[in-house]
Amino acid sequence: MPTPTKGPRLGAGPAHERLMLANLATSLFQHGRIKTTEAKAKRLRPYAEKLITLGKRGDLHARRQVLAKIADKAVVHELFTEIGPRFENRTGGYTRITKVGPRKGDNAPMAVIELVEALAAPAARTAPAAAKTEAPEAEADDQPAEGATSEQTAQADETSQAEGEAQAEEK
Amino acid sequence: MAVPKRKMSRSNTRTRRSQWKASRPVLVNCPRCRDPKLPHIACPTCGTYNNRQVISPAS
Repeated sequence: MPTPTKGPRLGAGPAHERLMLANLATSLFQHGRIKTTEAKAKRLRPYAEKLITLGKRGDLHARRQVLAKIADKAVVHELFTEIGPRFENRTGGYTRITKVGPRKGDNAPMAVIELVEALAAPAARTAPAAAKTEAPEAEADDQPAEGATSEQTAQADETSQAEGEAQAEEK
Repeated sequence: MAVPKRKMSRSNTRTRRSQWKASRPVLVNCPRCRDPKLPHIACPTCGTYNNRQVISPAS
């Protein structure tokens, strides 16, 4: 007897479920991170990670196996040329799911699923968001520093830089 | 068709309904911004989880 797939059924027929997972995986490889419901994210994780493993293998057979699932050839090309090599030193665990709370409207629990080693573009997109949260603090620091000596401002600059570096390391 | 034999008394109805209760959500304090948030979920105020920026705080 075949082992049932882990996780919830996605409330649709088997064909619809296959298409949903394929489309979710396509979007994930295109954008690096997507926001979806927790149930879909949990189903997508093993599906996408198997595709990335095929992307790491990189031979023609693997490419045809991926093409059997994902229709978009541009995405498959990106998977084999960029995403696969990026995970060279990682033996699984290519994606990360973070829960982000219930959705307005139907209270569905939402989650963000992302590739662990992010592309340059999504990293740049998250960086301004982090900078926004830091910006009010930095301004608050600067205003009293104007009246103070230059040494104190220099120290403040150093600390803010150190915070930035620490955040960069965390990422 | 099956139908109730007796009218349900006000007392019985109200006793049953006394068990309809809303539960208080479990909240923890965000390690970054100290605001209350749901456990195991990214903070909606600062958008971080595990000191990692997950969502932009506005959304």
